[in-house]
Amino acid sequence: MDDPPAPACSPRAPAPAERRILMRALSDPILKVQNLTMRFGGLVAVNDLTFTAGRGDITALIGPNGAGKTTVFNCITGFYKPTTGRMALRHGAIDIDAHVERLTDTPNDHISTADGRLYLLERMPDFQVSARAKVARTFQNIRLFSGMTVLENLMVAQHNPLMVASNWTIGGLLGFAGFRNREKAAIESAKYWLEKTRLIDRADDPAGDLPYGDQRRLEIARAMCTEPVLLCLDEPAAGLNPRESLELNALLRSIRDDHGTSLLLIEHDMSVVMEISDHVVVLDYGTKISDGTPDQVKSDPRVIAAYLGAEDEAEVEKIEAEVGL
Amino acid sequence: MMMEAPAREPVNFAGLLKDAVFAAAIAFGLFSLMLGLKTDQTLNNQMVLVPRPGLLATVVGLVFIGRFLIGYWQAINAGKIKKRKAAATPLALKIEKYGTAAFVGFLFVYPMMVLGTAGPSGAIKWIDNLGIQILIYIMLGWGLNIVVGLAGLLDLGYVAFYAVGAYSYALLATSEPVKEFMAGAVGPTFWPLWAFWICLPVAGILAAFWGVLLGFPVLRLRGDYLAIVTLAFGEIIRLVLINWVEFSGGYAGISSIPRPSFFGVPFNATESGFAATFGLEFTPIYRTIFLFYVILILALITALVSTRLRRLPVGRAWEALREDEIACRSLGINTVNTKLTAFAIGAMFGGFAGAFFAARQGFISPESFVFLESAQILAIVVLGGMGSLLGVVIASILLVGGVELLRELDFLKAYFGDNFDPAQYRMLIFGACMVLMMLWKPRGLISVREPSVFLKEKKAVSSDLVKEGHG
Repeated sequence: MDDPPAPACSPRAPAPAERRILMRALSDPILKVQNLTMRFGGLVAVNDLTFTAGRGDITALIGPNGAGKTTVFNCITGFYKPTTGRMALRHGAIDIDAHVERLTDTPNDHISTADGRLYLLERMPDFQVSARAKVARTFQNIRLFSGMTVLENLMVAQHNPLMVASNWTIGGLLGFAGFRNREKAAIESAKYWLEKTRLIDRADDPAGDLPYGDQRRLEIARAMCTEPVLLCLDEPAAGLNPRESLELNALLRSIRDDHGTSLLLIEHDMSVVMEISDHVVVLDYGTKISDGTPDQVKSDPRVIAAYLGAEDEAEVEKIEAEVGL
Repeated sequence: MMMEAPAREPVNFAGLLKDAVFAAAIAFGLFSLMLGLKTDQTLNNQMVLVPRPGLLATVVGLVFIGRFLIGYWQAINAGKIKKRKAAATPLALKIEKYGTAAFVGFLFVYPMMVLGTAGPSGAIKWIDNLGIQILIYIMLGWGLNIVVGLAGLLDLGYVAFYAVGAYSYALLATSEPVKEFMAGAVGPTFWPLWAFWICLPVAGILAAFWGVLLGFPVLRLRGDYLAIVTLAFGEIIRLVLINWVEFSGGYAGISSIPRPSFFGVPFNATESGFAATFGLEFTPIYRTIFLFYVILILALITALVSTRLRRLPVGRAWEALREDEIACRSLGINTVNTKLTAFAIGAMFGGFAGAFFAARQGFISPESFVFLESAQILAIVVLGGMGSLLGVVIASILLVGGVELLRELDFLKAYFGDNFDPAQYRMLIFGACMVLMMLWKPRGLISVREPSVFLKEKKAVSSDLVKEGHG
């Protein structure tokens, strides 16, 4: 393992099977977050966070409430400009480590080679992170266009290709065939995702009328309509019942396996995290306390202490002193 | 089988009477001095009190009857369970569709109808004061609807773009250098005849340019802040027009603006005029009818373009922006450009309407572009139901046509005396209508949203779910 330090706090060597998975994650990275720090005034929400998300992996970002997980998401998707740090995302096989320093020295936000393209996400405004770097996200508190129908929500997600097809509105206004065909294709793609999320029967209903679980799935479908390479899900299982949770697991797996989209998710529901994640990063008070396969993380004493509290009071105080409380 | 009505408690008439008597007593106490006595001056300059028992009795009687009726109505309705607001049905969309088609058909025959019933001299009033006036406001309403109804950006300074359009046409058409240049290039009669048709697109483009110019600084603002800045923008344009006398003529305005020609044929009594060319007897009504059709076509173009835009990605992005701006950005939509296009296209239609206004009036001054105009256009959009084209039509007819109709109510003088001018009460009625609307239909007359695309069935979206935007 080269750039990010090896999982620091794993107490035992990973078992061979786990190692294979972890190695795949780190040998084929899609996103490298390095030394990410986000300060709000005096509050350090994220402190020197370094981690890597592998291509074709489901990487889970977990941690107690207020650990800074959503802040990390907001930095990756461009909604916050990080105080310091670098977030490199690649399309194709371009070698991140070989090019990232050179790119950092230029004022550009991306570099293209024959192998692929490398983006520095911290240099891009939020809408370009989605439009060009192809990072899609969902929100912790669902943000659907509630007064628009389910289908319209998915059409809005395909805004950029449709805008090009409509010659920036002029061709569409004149009713050119090129735009009509592209719109049909967009509806087909929306239909595909509606069938996949079992929302096809509600396609013409307003999004605000859907039950909670359906709204969660619609938000994922909407994000997938932007054809992302990396999908960031902020607590996708929050508020779902156990059956819906299982369905979600299947959907996320299918997104990873059938569409080659890598996933980064924040989740509190450990049944989801342990079941589907290939790689888990644990944050506490903005600092990474563990990084590894689900099994490694599960047995890491620092993770247990952060989630459940330590075994005796003395240890709690020791840990509190460590994290600076 | 008929459902049996649930047993209702008998109406307590004694209680109602007591209530009404009580209300009447309060009214008597209040009005006995305010209405019951009037101070007057005698010929000797002495102040005397004139008792008006008849008026007092009428008012107190009205309060008594009114209170009784309200109480009775409440009593008989008390047992009924309030029906849940029915979900929006496709019927509402059908009404909108066929209602609009029928209305457009009616508009095309309207001038002929009026001409047939009122004759050439009487028809001018009905076509010009009522028809053209309402159509201008319909067009302005549809233009503002793009900014407020679709994109959800509250614009209190829309009249500024109307002014930009009007002054663009007026200044270009009356400018000596332009006249001389055109006379040299194409001949002396060309510019006065064709100025309107050439300046119309120019006015729209200039207004759109000013829309973008306003858009840039306000992009970061939301809600009340956006409203205040747009309000200020409207006032700035008006104050510049007042104070930059060399440019715009200040308060004096610009007069003798060339009237539109029938595509090169002027509306006058000369040999080459419209009436002579088509072998008709000269009357001014032809110009009025022509103007009516011009604004009708302009308004229909506005409607056509804005319905079309709604189904294009840019229109969907506007509506998405109104629903949730952050979600838009997470989907890769450039919200800056999206807002600017909304401002620009809304302003462009305002500019067209302004150029038409200048051409119709033949004279413009900053007086025509006060804040009250912005407020009235906004009221039309809000009353109509944000985003609904038919709603804007209904609201324009009610607000603009209603005021015009007040002038027709001369017969009321028989009841209220010769000093009674119903038009003076327009603001009072306007305010009362607003209050009633806010109580009865806070989301406007047509408060369903038509989806822009559908898979199987077009279902209207109830306004309860549609957001109102960030300001």
